[in-house]
Amino acid sequence: MTVLVCVKRVVDSSSEVVLTEDGQAVDGRYAGFTMSAHEECAVELAVQIGSAVGGATVMTLGDADAVEQLRAALAVGCEAATHVVADPQTFGPADVAREIAAVVKDQGHELVLLGNDAADSGDFQVGIRLAYELGWPVVNGAATVSVAEGVVTAGVAGPDGHETYRVPLPAVVTVLEGGVSPRYPSVPGRMKAKKVPIDERQPTAEPAGTGRVRLVLPPPAPSSVQVLGTGPEAAPAVVDLFEQLGVLAR
Amino acid sequence: MIVVLVEVTPDGEPAEVSLEAVTFARSLSAAGGGVPVDVVVVGEPSTSSVETMTAYGVRRVHALTGDAFAAFSGAAWAAGVLSVREKAGSVVVMASGTPRGGEVMAHVAARAGVPMAANVLSFGGLSPFVVTRQVVGGAALEEMQLSARPAVFTVAGHAVEASPAESPGAGDVVVETPAVADADLVARVVSTEEPEADLSGDLSSARVVVGAGRGAGSADGFKDLLELTELLDASLGVSRVVTSLGWRPHHEQVGQTGSRIAPDLYIPCGISGAIQHWAGCSSAKNILAINTDAEAPMVTRATYAVIGDLHEIVPAINEEIRRRRG
Repeated sequence: MTVLVCVKRVVDSSSEVVLTEDGQAVDGRYAGFTMSAHEECAVELAVQIGSAVGGATVMTLGDADAVEQLRAALAVGCEAATHVVADPQTFGPADVAREIAAVVKDQGHELVLLGNDAADSGDFQVGIRLAYELGWPVVNGAATVSVAEGVVTAGVAGPDGHETYRVPLPAVVTVLEGGVSPRYPSVPGRMKAKKVPIDERQPTAEPAGTGRVRLVLPPPAPSSVQVLGTGPEAAPAVVDLFEQLGVLAR
Repeated sequence: MIVVLVEVTPDGEPAEVSLEAVTFARSLSAAGGGVPVDVVVVGEPSTSSVETMTAYGVRRVHALTGDAFAAFSGAAWAAGVLSVREKAGSVVVMASGTPRGGEVMAHVAARAGVPMAANVLSFGGLSPFVVTRQVVGGAALEEMQLSARPAVFTVAGHAVEASPAESPGAGDVVVETPAVADADLVARVVSTEEPEADLSGDLSSARVVVGAGRGAGSADGFKDLLELTELLDASLGVSRVVTSLGWRPHHEQVGQTGSRIAPDLYIPCGISGAIQHWAGCSSAKNILAINTDAEAPMVTRATYAVIGDLHEIVPAINEEIRRRRG
């Protein structure tokens, strides 16, 4: 069996976000780009599972620059890469799920890992929609994933404690960061990644779209901070504040 | 009609974030001419939880029971929510933006073949129905049109304050046992282990949270912060860099990819306030930032600040608390 892991090129939200004039997208000229944190963990899990079975393939739906994220996943151990070349801004979650399903059916993967949600569009649904496209079970928000004898075991931090799921392959699992530490690419890994041919595909259908009217930036909040002091001498003022807010009583 | 999935805490009460979602639903109902708000809960609801939901203006509590709901399955819960939706003909299906709420709503939307909007903060017009939601970890907002029915969405945690209705609802309880297909029970929880007790407590409902960031310096730099957490009977929350460096476990993380908190007081110590952290703590009622950099975003956005090294300031605060308590 083989594993497919899905990644997305997203803006790095730690840098300041500037919108395009039409408000339809984040202006890429002023942004850094990365892979979602959840997906970095999904790639790590795919590589770990793939090394014990038939290998891991990475795929993305994105513009030409998204090759950077595919190479990053190849550099840490994915063995093949598929690029559905399309403008991700125009593809809604249902569109993306359909395109992933087409790749899964063509390539015959039995396990698909995705991030729990994309760091830019924050839709929280592509993995689940994919499962319905394929008619497969889906575990959402897994921190740990392992495969043995045709069964996927996934660990999820649930509201009441650590939850375990066991589902038969084929299956979809969405990954939440925190269960594994993504490895850093080695220099030989990076060199090897540059030479892997990327399977380029066109979308199978026109996108239905995202429903986006426009993006806006949150209104700037003027600073109204009250500085209580500098250094340890401020401690009495701080504890006065605790008393005033009623958090010191016990 | 509006259907809200309400999550219930282990003590049998509606989760605060679910009551926020019901409050949101009521404002939507008011804008739509007073359409009733019904809720779906899994399991038989306690008397006090029904009283709470009644006070929040709920017309009917649909309780899903039966073996299919004994352990969590996103597909089974969605099947249950949709069975209620079909009988009542509701035009809106919603939940709070918790992991479980989002998961079930995504199943609902996929099964119904309609879009879903995650982490909604507010709504604009009703026709067309336009919602504003958080994207890019809260660094931008998206206005999104939800044309299909049912309109499916989740409400971002702490986007609205939970408040009871001016006049209570009928609060009728209807126990239902909808049929669930075997295929919807393949991915379900097979075991749950209780978490080990630690100082992160329940971050999302904590009244006071002590935060720690890169300024803690190392995995050994938390002694004074943990003491302050104990002295204030608070929960400890940390920034992403702290968990990435392995100084503290991931479940203590506050932010876009961690917990969202809304305490009366948040005390971020040595946290610069990157947008991904701010997304998780911006609902705190008061923020006391302790930081060496007076220009750090966390300081300029805070209510109160102390400028300086947390390793000097926090022990002094702890000492002052102990002194006043005698």
